Amino acid sequence: MARKNGLKTLSTPLGEDNPITRQVLGICSALAVTVKMDTALVMSFALIFVLVGSNVIVSLLRTLIPSRVRIIVMLTVIATLVIVIDQFLKAFLFDISKQLSIFVGLIITNCIVLGRAEAFAMKNGPVESALDGLGNGLGYGLVLMLVSAGRELFGSGSLLGMQVVPDFLYVENGGWYVNNGLMVLAPGAFIILGLLIWLQRTLTRYTEE
Amino acid sequence: MEALPHYLSLAVETIFIKNILLAYFLGMCSFLAISKKVETSIGLGFAVVFVNGITAPANWMIHEYLLRPGALVWTGIAGMEVVDLSFLSFIVFIATIAAMVQLVEMVLDRVSPTLYQSLGIFLPLIAVNCAILGSSLFMVEREYDLLESSVFGVSAGLGFFLAITTLATMRYKLKYSDVPKGLRGLGIAMLLTGLISMAYMSFSGINL
Repeated sequence: MARKNGLKTLSTPLGEDNPITRQVLGICSALAVTVKMDTALVMSFALIFVLVGSNVIVSLLRTLIPSRVRIIVMLTVIATLVIVIDQFLKAFLFDISKQLSIFVGLIITNCIVLGRAEAFAMKNGPVESALDGLGNGLGYGLVLMLVSAGRELFGSGSLLGMQVVPDFLYVENGGWYVNNGLMVLAPGAFIILGLLIWLQRTLTRYTEE
Repeated sequence: MEALPHYLSLAVETIFIKNILLAYFLGMCSFLAISKKVETSIGLGFAVVFVNGITAPANWMIHEYLLRPGALVWTGIAGMEVVDLSFLSFIVFIATIAAMVQLVEMVLDRVSPTLYQSLGIFLPLIAVNCAILGSSLFMVEREYDLLESSVFGVSAGLGFFLAITTLATMRYKLKYSDVPKGLRGLGIAMLLTGLISMAYMSFSGINL
């Protein structure tokens, strides 16, 4: 029974109860880092690390934290983990860390991390909290991958940096195809995510009043 | 007085061209959650302008005199020029923001109860608003000076204010329209934001 619940904690945030499209958490970074798939991928891993770590730590500390100061305690835990991942990225993936610019730092105020710490880790044990963190992190990563795949494919004609649209189709080479510049810019992100939310909610038959 | 146009153009650029919300996606969560009502969006907008105008210069001073590489030279202790505490900036900035919000809340409660009444419930929310932390981090990344970062802080807040009230008024009208079921709420708000952001892009050609 326990295992079944664990699996459920892990899998519902992937589809049905996705943190971005259903819980409306963590949208800022979902839009900002999705111009290219590689930045989105790195960002997802960074978030999964912070989310699992903060959920476990907050869950271990949950009986010790006085409820009046819990927000600041959580923020401190999260900020410490974010500093760790930021230093790691600067050391090993400097180019991508430059492209992500301030958005790694903004994981601190990413509502997913604080939201899950508050809503789940404060009430559950460390193992379930780790699973919840992993599930939500993967759910976030999934949406990021879909949005960035859409934006990179239509905006630059490539996926993960590899050219997908054949060269001879482009106008410069005598073809007819032109990349959609809008996808690289801010409005493209909003519109693709909007359409993705529509799709997810239609599939799960969820209506917001 | 020749410095004035510089600050003015920085303000216009931050409000319209590099709008913190529509171009950099900061503060989306509260933007989407609060914009259901016009009155509350105006309240949150004012609170963001207010807090951002205070935290940006405050964090600038902390970064300049405590955290930046070689910042501690003013203490006069030998060997301080090699100390680099900039890795601490995230944790210090967020703590400053949380403390500032608390302070603003207490001062407002004392000085102007009417303003406190109208901003009251939004102030705690702001501590975790990415627009605030984002402006502090942008200010460091773009290497503004003290006055520039004050101007930047206030005008980033104004940009947020403008965007959230625009969306709130549009969502108000939306109540009377027949939106497809799955698109109701978040979905349509997202598409609308996309259109607003596209409209703001028309400012991007302006050279100041």
